[in-house]
Amino acid sequence: MTTRSGKNDKDLAFERISAFFAFAVLSLAVLLFAVLLRESLPALRKFGAGFLSGGSWDPVAEQFGALPFIYGTLVTSFLAILIAVPLSVGAAIFIVEFAPPWLKGPVSFLAELLAAIPSVIYGLWGIFVLVPILRDWLMKPLANHLGWIPLFRGPVYGPSVLAAGALLSIMIVPFILSVSREVLSTVPQRQKEAVLSLGGTRWEMIRIVIGQHCIPGIFGATVLGLGRALGETMAVTMVIGNRPEIFLSLFQQGYSMAAVIANEFAEAGGIQLSSLILVGLLLFLVTFVVNLAAKWILKKMVARASRGI
Amino acid sequence: MDTGTISFRRKAADRAAKWVFRLCAFLVILPLFLIFFDLLIKGAKELRWTLLTDLPHPVGEPGGGIANGILGTFVITLLTLLWSVPMAVMCGIYLAEYGRGKFAATVRFAVDTLTGVPSIIMGIFGYLLIVIPMKRFSAWAGAAALSMIFIPVVVRTTEDMLRTVPVTVREAALALGIAQWKTTLFITVRTASAGILTGILLAMARIVGETAPLLFTALGNQFWQTRLDQPMAAMPLQVFSYAISPYEDWHDKAWAGALVLIAMVLLINVGARVLTREKR
Repeated sequence: MTTRSGKNDKDLAFERISAFFAFAVLSLAVLLFAVLLRESLPALRKFGAGFLSGGSWDPVAEQFGALPFIYGTLVTSFLAILIAVPLSVGAAIFIVEFAPPWLKGPVSFLAELLAAIPSVIYGLWGIFVLVPILRDWLMKPLANHLGWIPLFRGPVYGPSVLAAGALLSIMIVPFILSVSREVLSTVPQRQKEAVLSLGGTRWEMIRIVIGQHCIPGIFGATVLGLGRALGETMAVTMVIGNRPEIFLSLFQQGYSMAAVIANEFAEAGGIQLSSLILVGLLLFLVTFVVNLAAKWILKKMVARASRGI
Repeated sequence: MDTGTISFRRKAADRAAKWVFRLCAFLVILPLFLIFFDLLIKGAKELRWTLLTDLPHPVGEPGGGIANGILGTFVITLLTLLWSVPMAVMCGIYLAEYGRGKFAATVRFAVDTLTGVPSIIMGIFGYLLIVIPMKRFSAWAGAAALSMIFIPVVVRTTEDMLRTVPVTVREAALALGIAQWKTTLFITVRTASAGILTGILLAMARIVGETAPLLFTALGNQFWQTRLDQPMAAMPLQVFSYAISPYEDWHDKAWAGALVLIAMVLLINVGARVLTREKR
């Protein structure tokens, strides 16, 4: 609202001050990217693209390749998605379609509460509760009976890629669940009623209507969960075993990008520090792209829903 | 008749699906109960007053507490809020009240990007920006890392909350001849203040529990430390180092510390929710 007499000095000053703070926040983001880039340059120059494919991480020989960490990050995140997506979508369908009204609120609240638990507590619980359970009740029997499948090959230690994936899945459930719930509730009521009035059962209604409407949205929720899983640090560090090697077996120890930064950063210097920062930069870029994709998908989804298609 | 069996099959599928969805919901919230159960059972063992008032004791010595960690968490959180709250709220005000055009869009994009950045990377940021120039780990560096997590969340909630304030409220104030900046600060922001405060509290609950960004910024400490330019203890860091230690009695301390930590986080969380509910 500009007046002809010129904007009031104080109004202008206030706008400028708030703009200054906005600029400061923007600068922080730019600064973050700039320092990551600058400090990772030595490693980038020394190893080049080989950093991505190099399989050895040897501080003594000053030889650094990030492949074991990239592999561990991808496998654990993929496992987490594999477990968390069906459960969260199922739970979302339960909340939206089946739960009696008095139960909807509490179930959603409890699921959201999972997001409030600090990751170090997930890690603690993982070490002392989840890992022993998985080891004795899942990994040992599988290794004994299905050990000929490379994925289930022993020996069984406990801390493993599988344990990290399972723990991560619990941690990303609240994010996938809340987005799925929102997506499900955008389905127009009259379309659901149309299927039911034609004599369809509730399950058929869900299959038809939700199948047509919600697949992109649920995919968006999945990508969002993936973004969370990729960068999770403490819980993964505490249960993955921290061994920079690549094994096909899910029962073997592994390592992740965030975990190696957490474990080695405080004591690193020189080219090792630069390599760790390069790992951080890669993680930054990957989560950036993944989050951007999720947001894009969900935005399109919302736009479609608001047009009533 | 054929139709009979078909409809039976359809009904059975319907019933089965219903049970599957019930099971999903059950499995999703089951871990929450398991975690709380274990925290209570295993944490209660070490839960005495000295846990809250004593410094950590060496391995094997009974007693000892996490008092320095509690103090450290308070200090680092306060330090973070000190500069992050004004910065984030002002940035949110800009975006909501003046934010049109390219600059605002860029700021929004940057804020969105920061929200998705893994917290460990904020630790690297604090390390490169503060630890290296100061040549030591410090509470300052910890707070710098945490504010990178805090600021984007609060900017976003502030903007959203200000946008829920009806334009008529602003127009009414302006029509009364109140200056625009006063209207914004004392009418618009005040109307949205409960929502903004909720956002601040939720973001605070999050940084109270953050561990990764503190690993190589605040670093942790076994002693009383009130100097801000020195390594400082924090509760999540203590839980972490106790948990990965090989000693049984330190594991007990980890559980007790985790119990205190989660109590604190939930208190702030529930407080924030109550605040929003009363407003409605």
